[in-house]
Parts: sequence; C-alpha cells; structure tokens
Amino acid sequence: MGAGIKVEDLNAWYGSTHTLQDINLHIPANHATALIGPSGCGKSTFVRCLNRMHETNPIARATGVVKMGDVDIYRDASPVEIRRRVGMVFQRPNPFPTMSIYDNVVSGLKLNGFSNRRVLDETVERSLKQAALWEEVKDDLKKKSGASLSGGQQQRMCIARALAVDPEVLLMDEPASALDPVSTSKIEDLIFQLKSQYTIVIVTHNMQQAARVAENTGFFLNGKLVEFDSTHKIFTNPSDKRTEDYITGRFG
Amino acid sequence: MSTQPVSMQPLRDPLQEPRKPSRSNVARRSAMDWIVSGLAILATLLVLAPLAAILFYLVYKGASSLNLAFFTHVPAPVGEQGGGMSNAIVGSGIVLALASLMGIPVGIAAGTYLSEFGRGTFLGNAIRFTADVLNGVPSIVMGITIYSMVVKPQHHYSALAGGIALAIMMVPTVTRTTEEMLATVPHAVREAALGLGVPKWRTAISVSLRTASPGIITGCMLAFARVAGETAPLLFTAFGNQFWSFNLNEPIAALPLQIYAYAISPYDEWHRLAWAGALVLIVLIMVSVTLVRIFANRGVLKGGS
Repeated sequence: MGAGIKVEDLNAWYGSTHTLQDINLHIPANHATALIGPSGCGKSTFVRCLNRMHETNPIARATGVVKMGDVDIYRDASPVEIRRRVGMVFQRPNPFPTMSIYDNVVSGLKLNGFSNRRVLDETVERSLKQAALWEEVKDDLKKKSGASLSGGQQQRMCIARALAVDPEVLLMDEPASALDPVSTSKIEDLIFQLKSQYTIVIVTHNMQQAARVAENTGFFLNGKLVEFDSTHKIFTNPSDKRTEDYITGRFG
Repeated sequence: MSTQPVSMQPLRDPLQEPRKPSRSNVARRSAMDWIVSGLAILATLLVLAPLAAILFYLVYKGASSLNLAFFTHVPAPVGEQGGGMSNAIVGSGIVLALASLMGIPVGIAAGTYLSEFGRGTFLGNAIRFTADVLNGVPSIVMGITIYSMVVKPQHHYSALAGGIALAIMMVPTVTRTTEEMLATVPHAVREAALGLGVPKWRTAISVSLRTASPGIITGCMLAFARVAGETAPLLFTAFGNQFWSFNLNEPIAALPLQIYAYAISPYDEWHRLAWAGALVLIVLIMVSVTLVRIFANRGVLKGGS
C-alpha cells in the first residue's frame, strides 16, 4: 500500500535563506522513518517538500527531484494530486472548527466532491478505528464539533482525517509535541500499527520517540542531512561526530 | 539535550525574599481597580444612552399614530385624514433586497480575494484603498453619481437605480469586514485543507469563508442596517412613489423617503406619521438583524471553539 520516497539533490529556500542543502535520501516503503535535529535545522521544511506544502508559502521555492514510487512529484503531478496521496499531520491539532467529527474525518473526500453516503459512513468508521478514536466518539459523530474534543483526541481525529483519503505516505510533523504523555503514547502506538500499511515519516524532537517508533532515522543539522541509517545504528554507533554530539546531548 | 541547567546568578530570587505587599499598595491598587471599572461602565452607559433616547423618543412621538391603517394603506392625498405607509414599507424591502443581492456577493467576493489571494499584490492594495475611500464617499454624492450613470441614460427613476446606489454603499463595509474576519481564521486550518489535497479555491470557500461566516454575517448586517435608513442616495434614484409599485423599472416608495417627505411638510398629521414611520423603520431593522442572527446560529454545533 505504501510507497517509498527517493529524494535527489533537494534544495529549498525561504526568500534568500537556503533552508535545505543537497538532500539525498531514500525512505523505504511501509516503514517508519524518524527525522531528528535541533530547531531550525530544516526537518520540517524537508517533510513539507515531500507533499509540496512548502510551495504554499509565496516566498518559498524548491529544486531537485522527489520520487514517490515512479512518480516525480514536482514534474509528473499537480500539488493537489500529490497531497491526496501524501497525507500530513501537523504539530498542533488543526480540526476544522465549524465541522462535526464526522465531517472533519471525511472532509478530504467531501471537499473534493465525493458524496456517496454509504462510502462516507464506512470511511469514517474505518479511519476512526485506525486512529483508535472510534470507541470514544462513535456516539457523537454528528452531534459534536471536532474542536470540542480534547487535544489528544483532536490529534487522533486529524490522523483519521489524513487516513480517510487513503494516502500512500503519512507525514507527521512533531505530531505529539503539543500533547500530554498519555496522548503521546497513544499516538506512538498508532504509528506502530500504521507503519505496516503506510510509509510514515515522522519529525520529532523527542529522541526516545524516534527510537521507539522508527526503523530508520535521519539527523539534520543546519539544512543538511548529516547522517541517515537504521535507528539502532544512529543511537548506538553513529558514524558522524556531530550526530553523536547531538544524541548525547552535547548541543541542541 | 543537556539536563544540567546553565548556572546563572538571578538578580533577585522571588522565592528567597518574598515581598509582602504593603497595605497602602493594596488599597491603591483596589482603588485604581474601582476607578477604571467605573470609567468603563460610564463609557458603556454613554454609548447606550443615545440609542435608548432615540428609541424612547420615537415610541413617545410615533406610537400613538401607529394603527392597522398605517400598515395597510398607501399615503392619503393632501387634505385627507389617515393613510399609511404600506407601500413604503414594501418598497424599502424591495430596494434593500436588491441592494443586498448585488452588494453582499460582490463585497464577500472582494474581501475573499483580498484575504486569500491578493495579499501584498498591487491589485489587492488598490482594491483595499478603493474600498476605504468608497466608504468615505458622502451618500448624497453616491445618489448623484447613480443619477447620472443609471437614471439619466434610462430617462426615468427606478427601484433598480435605488438598489444599485445602496449596493455600492454596502460593498466597502462587506469587503473590509470579510477581509478582517478571514484574517482571524488560523493559518493551520487552511493548511489542514491544502494538506488533504483540497484545491485553493475550494479551501477559500468551504474552509476559510465557512469558518469566518459568523463574523461575515455580522458585517453584512451592519452594512444592511446602515443603508436601510439612507435617504440621500434614494432621492435621486428610487425617487419615491405615493402608490403601490412592484416594477423595478419604476420609481418606488421607501420608508426613509416617505419619512423625509412627511417631515418637511407643513402638516401636523404628516409630522406624526413621519415619527411613526421612523419608529417602524428602526424596529424593522432590529427585527431583520435579529432574525438573520437566529437563522445563522441555527445548526451550529455545540462545543465549538
């Protein structure tokens, strides 16, 4: 179901700031990949380049090749098509405040003109079950606003919303950083279950989190990818001195 | 991730030497609290006073002239007793409906462009500037302009011309409130939609506008209430009519025009009818604004932020 991502010579700018420099990376399909690094190192920009959200900022610009499966996302497809195939979960839960839980979950389908009642009902149930939220909300799907849920529930609803459009890749930009420990562990369990069906890329500041959920980890520093390897190798025997300094807490 | 806190010499550790607030300090602060609260309440009363005074005076002067005939009859000819403003009430409704149908969609579309698409562009800045200037154009100037642009070429006054004049007066208010209200929609909400592969135009309509809709409705109501009582732009456009008219191409009666005509007349009877008309105008504006609010709040889910 998931697709692998191959990144070649990716460069990105915000105005005149060169945020990403010559990134080359292969993200394997149906695995979780963690991206770590200090604030401002470019890891968020990197994931936003993978679904072309980067270019929604008028001063932003990117060059290079990003291939999802066989599709060159910057040349073979429109940003809208790519974003339907690459789901994204943001740092802070961002439900649509005027919509019910039900409408939030299927918003990706409804706003793209899809309205088959039966399919929508099934999608809501499937996605909310996948996001481990179904039992908590199944009785007020249409009664309650998505914004009335707790922060942790909202974030799981946002994950359900991303899953509802059946993406191949799920990008998560610090999905648990605004949540309490209990909600965080629920999100991590979720990533663990979802990675067999989706390719997951997760940005995190929490290195224990990276170690817990991801098979592979990339370390970003000052807009460059310093090291990319299996999570085990990165955390036990990194080949770059800077990676070792970062994970042992000497800076960052 | 260092666990050792960087050692720094704090200037004064608040936990080490707790400062007891002195008695006079507390007294001074609570006195200040009373003064500021008092001033705020006073200001609120000053704002409410004119509204209360207007309502009270209108009821006092106009209520006695209100009867069934007022709502069912057309104005009586000079010298005859009685008569009403039924045609003016309906005429105002028609002209305002025309104005809203033309002005609100244009205003909302322009505000949406300003906020969602034209931020920082030359065209966006030009539209914003034009809207602000248009907002300051005196209403009599608007009337004369529409007179020369619509009435003159057509060779007759019309309800349509009145509607156009009021619509143009509504546009700047609707445009700017729409823009302001859209600016309060968090960027994260738009990103959520874009990230789901929703095209930008659809995001603007179904997410941004929908999220901002309560504020935009308030803006439309403000614009509506403001033009509902306008007389000057209608003098040269809708013109007024002593009889029933449902033809948009003919002069039509309107409450403000009828009030104006009666108020400058020499007859006491007509003065009383003018007061009654003013009362009805204010009440109708309040009722329509309230109805729209109730209607707009229906179907809003509980527990929203």
